[in-house]
Amino acid sequence: MTAATAFQTIGPYWHLLEHSEQADLTRFGAVGERIVLTGSVRDGNGDLIADAAIELWQASPVADDSFPGWGRARTDANGVYRFTTVKPGPVPGRGNTQQAPHFAITIFARGILTRLCTRAYFAGDPRNDADPLLNLVDDPARRATLLAQPKGDAWRFDIVLQGAGETVFLDI
Amino acid sequence: MNDPIPFRPAAPGSQPDNNSPQYRSTGARHPKQPLLGWAHTVTETTGPQFSPSHFPPIQDLSAGSMGERIIVRGRVTDEDGRAVPNTMIEVWQANAAGRYNHPGDTHDAPLDANFKGEGRVFSDANGWYQYVTIKPGAYPWGNHANAWRPNHIHYSLFGAGFAARLITQMYFPGDPLLALDPIFHTVPDADARDRLVSKFDLDITRPDWALGYRFDVVLRGRLATPMEG
Repeated sequence: MTAATAFQTIGPYWHLLEHSEQADLTRFGAVGERIVLTGSVRDGNGDLIADAAIELWQASPVADDSFPGWGRARTDANGVYRFTTVKPGPVPGRGNTQQAPHFAITIFARGILTRLCTRAYFAGDPRNDADPLLNLVDDPARRATLLAQPKGDAWRFDIVLQGAGETVFLDI
Repeated sequence: MNDPIPFRPAAPGSQPDNNSPQYRSTGARHPKQPLLGWAHTVTETTGPQFSPSHFPPIQDLSAGSMGERIIVRGRVTDEDGRAVPNTMIEVWQANAAGRYNHPGDTHDAPLDANFKGEGRVFSDANGWYQYVTIKPGAYPWGNHANAWRPNHIHYSLFGAGFAARLITQMYFPGDPLLALDPIFHTVPDADARDRLVSKFDLDITRPDWALGYRFDVVLRGRLATPMEG
């Protein structure tokens, strides 16, 4: 067995492969309830991060030619990313469990050597109560970092890399 | 329904620690809370599949550009040596003078109007990929006094599932800056570091046209299939 190739940071110049339309997962004509997921990204000093690449992956609805299931967005000068996508439904968990609707969110940036993975669930969804991952997080304040909040027409999901209010990151 | 087969955890020493003080920017950008362990579900074992119709290939970055033209070829496999076919590989890099076509790069080196620095290729049915570019230059950065990044090409690969995602950098053999580069040295294991360095390859080299370099990429494999109960 040969171990997987090592990660190296995405660095500050990853925008060379950025195509802003990739932040819109509905651009190929996806069917379903369109939603916006947006939020800020901050570091351990409380500073906004303006050079991050945020990737979104959702296993629901199942990707096809009209829906890639994946998107990539920059954080802008204000440290804010924004995706347009289709609202996911629940997906199976391990065993006989169900996972509440969620997005898998990945943060790449200068100063992050590998990647940071988290999930965004929908605050107020009754299915959250039985979600196996959310139920691993006992501290209500920590658990809240995994919940996107409705804000106007969008869902707001802020990410804190370190320190007070640090987002729960997953060992994927 | 059977549970999905998880991807393997990282081999010890094979991956950088996000808290790597020698690379200063990690200081405020690494989590301090422990990561939450999680048995993979369909969210982690499936992942995006990219079609060339929606993501058109860019196989020649070099056209009209100044610099030393090179061919980069390699194979994408998993940890068990199985080919990873039809996977999208994105690359990006500085130009021959060590300058990125990016507004954030203020290094006093010339831009090349013909060199954008973005490539996108797909592995074939046996995991092979190839593109043509120019050899990127070294450039200074602000990590410490007189810090220079070795020549490198950035890579992004997706693989068979979300958990197999990889962002890395390909380096060049014989580069004296490798011994001094804190980012390269965040990988603890020497063999894992060496595998980030491409190899000059005369078989890839095209006579009278361009030198060839070989760079293979290994993506995470799956744990052994559990016995059916």
